[in-house]
Amino acid sequence: MDGGWLWQAFAYLAAAVVAVPIAQRFGLGSVLGYLIAGVVIGPFAIGVLGTDRQDVLHFAEFGVVMMLFVIGLELEPVLLWRLRHLIVGLGGLQVVVTGAVAAAIAIGIGVPVRAAIAIGFTLSLSSTAIVLQTLNERSLLGTAGGQSAFAVLLFQDIAVIPMLALFPLLAPPGAAAPADEHGGTLVSHLPAWGQTVAVLVAVGIVIAGGRFVLGPMLRQIARTRLREMFTAATLLIVVGIALLMGAVGLSAALGTFLAGVLLANSEFRHELESDIDPFKGLLLGLFFIAVGASIDFRLVLAQPLAIVTLVAGIVLVKFVVLLGLGRIFRLSLDQALLLALGLPQVGEFAFVLFSFAGQQGVLTPAETGPLVAAVALSMAVTPLLLLVYQNVVQPRLGARKSSDREPDVTDEGGAVLVAGFGSFGSTVGRLLRASGVPTTVLDVDSDRVDFLRRMGLAVHYGDATRADLLHAAGAARARLIVIALDQPERTLELVETVRQHFPQLTILARAFDWQDAHELLDAGVTHVYRDTLDTSLRLGADALRLLGFRAYRAHRAAQRFLKHDEESMRELTGRRRDGSSYVSAARQRIEDLERMFEADRAEPALDRDSGWDAESLREEARSI
Amino acid sequence: MPRVLIQFAHPALEGSRVHRRLLAQLPQREGLTVNDLYEAYPDFDVDVAREQALLVAHDIIVFQHPFFWYSTPPLLKQWEDLVLEHGWAYGRQGRALRGKQLLHVISAGGREEAYQHEGYNRFTVGELLAPLEQTAHLCGMQWTPPYMIHGTHRMTEPQIDEAAQRFRTLVEGLCDGRIDLGRVSRYPTLNHAIKAADAGAGK
Repeated sequence: MDGGWLWQAFAYLAAAVVAVPIAQRFGLGSVLGYLIAGVVIGPFAIGVLGTDRQDVLHFAEFGVVMMLFVIGLELEPVLLWRLRHLIVGLGGLQVVVTGAVAAAIAIGIGVPVRAAIAIGFTLSLSSTAIVLQTLNERSLLGTAGGQSAFAVLLFQDIAVIPMLALFPLLAPPGAAAPADEHGGTLVSHLPAWGQTVAVLVAVGIVIAGGRFVLGPMLRQIARTRLREMFTAATLLIVVGIALLMGAVGLSAALGTFLAGVLLANSEFRHELESDIDPFKGLLLGLFFIAVGASIDFRLVLAQPLAIVTLVAGIVLVKFVVLLGLGRIFRLSLDQALLLALGLPQVGEFAFVLFSFAGQQGVLTPAETGPLVAAVALSMAVTPLLLLVYQNVVQPRLGARKSSDREPDVTDEGGAVLVAGFGSFGSTVGRLLRASGVPTTVLDVDSDRVDFLRRMGLAVHYGDATRADLLHAAGAARARLIVIALDQPERTLELVETVRQHFPQLTILARAFDWQDAHELLDAGVTHVYRDTLDTSLRLGADALRLLGFRAYRAHRAAQRFLKHDEESMRELTGRRRDGSSYVSAARQRIEDLERMFEADRAEPALDRDSGWDAESLREEARSI
Repeated sequence: MPRVLIQFAHPALEGSRVHRRLLAQLPQREGLTVNDLYEAYPDFDVDVAREQALLVAHDIIVFQHPFFWYSTPPLLKQWEDLVLEHGWAYGRQGRALRGKQLLHVISAGGREEAYQHEGYNRFTVGELLAPLEQTAHLCGMQWTPPYMIHGTHRMTEPQIDEAAQRFRTLVEGLCDGRIDLGRVSRYPTLNHAIKAADAGAGK
């Protein structure tokens, strides 16, 4: 059918658009929504999806690749290095212990040893896609438990490679010859050392490319000012790395993750992220739908007790191992529970590994059928388990822990709210307090919150961008809100929340550079304060003094320059609003700088105190 | 109708009993502009272009301020230095202020008797204001004897209210063109002139 793929796209999109908002509405999160959508349009309900859903699953796995690229972008190398103990220690132990326990149980119920080993290690893997998406959606990724979960997932992604290499060895003698559909890489005909070299070369190419080639290339492309070119380049990077990794038999997700980490420090980080985000989101959604559609309900209904026991057994074993390891790695009880409730499902690699093991003759179809169904069901259970975590565990255990405590909801009010009490916000707050102005502080650093409380300040712990927290802090009665957060994106978010819910509040916002000062002005904030402006002008004035300028002249020059700079700033915002062409942030900064210099040239007169200048008087006196 | 600009200078208005009341009593009306200098230029960075435009747009310029060391608060002096530019306010080409009236409204802690030759302050207010009078003269402005609010240290609340009421009457008279500043120069202060006029009207 000609319109076949359009019809399919329609079915997928319609299912997602209907199911996800409903799931969100009931607080189930988007992953569960996608999974339900998949079940509904799958062959066992409406049956819109045909036989090619395995292809769709393969295609959609690219969403996972993109997700790891984005995660890499958000993860600076320093942070990754700090996580190394968790990745190798916790991740390694998790795979080995879970694999061994699961294999032992399988042997116990009569599975042949070789097959049991393959099953055990496959089941030790968890789903990167589901866990990261769910944790991120619930803002749990930044917690200690979330970081541990991330480290474990990262190790698992690496562990897939040796597993693929190992499975052929597990094949019983005389089993089907390796058909090599999945293991068939460009280098598979090479001897072992050759393959190793190829892998090292490929990783080297990604690292060197990320370091030295991608930056200049992206800069060139940004100069074309065609947004779609930048998007194309981003996709090109991801697809290219996936191909390269595939050619040497490495995980594409791992390769793009590496490239992402290398680009994390580049000036294009935000563009890359925002360009790839819609693709990532849609493909991930497609992936979850495909997982939902692949749950074989016929099999489940044929032997319901066996499948349910299998799912429960898998989840229980993984849960116990994760909880134990989490405690050994010194996670507090609630964080260890987060880790254990987050990762007990089996990951998407299981589909690949089971079909691979089937081809290699390690596992028989009779064994893989129920396993695949159990894997898909265990994935569907994960969002539910995390709901349990948030609604049962966190309120009981988390509230006492400083790192995860619930935002306070006492109702008190000050004339001024200060959001963010770092070095910037605390200076503002101290000045206000010293001037006798009642001030309420909102901050997310629990230690600082405790300290400020002891100092007798009205302090609220929690995310200031939440309307309910603002309300509890007395935003409805305050007159001003000082936004001193240290992330421009959060600042903009907060501005939006305030304008929507508390329009009477006057906003004073901290900005960092021209870019976000422009954005704040565009968002309608009139009081915008660039972080470093006053300090740099004071330094500039001192530099003039050290060069021999009189102190008051240097002071006046700085005063004039401040005024001039503010004016140019506001004028530039107006002009930027006219131009609709897309420019990369880095390019934009250079252009802003250019315009600033132009403006300086047009009005060089910092020394305009002509009232104190007797030159014209002297001239007139001479002429008489 | 003449347009009146009040150039108000007080570095600590929040602590002032008299000037706060004076300002509060001022009418909101067309043709009257109040320019709070310490509020506009807390860092003494006077916006010369803005100030010159204000001066050009008005006919009667009132300097309202407390008497600090027999003179104006420092920002008003800074304002004079920067705004009254050579070639604009004075000098061969400086004609921008020609024909405008200049009036000082001054509050002083000491009583009127103290500002006499035989008094505590040894000079009259008019004598002490000589530099400002000459400044007006050099700019081609017409100098008016100051309007004094004496003895603020001992003023009771009702007395302050009364002073504020009288000040309001004065400003409205200026705005309405009912007070002819051209005919008061022979009096030592504007207060004397008003008293004489009231006495004349009463007869």
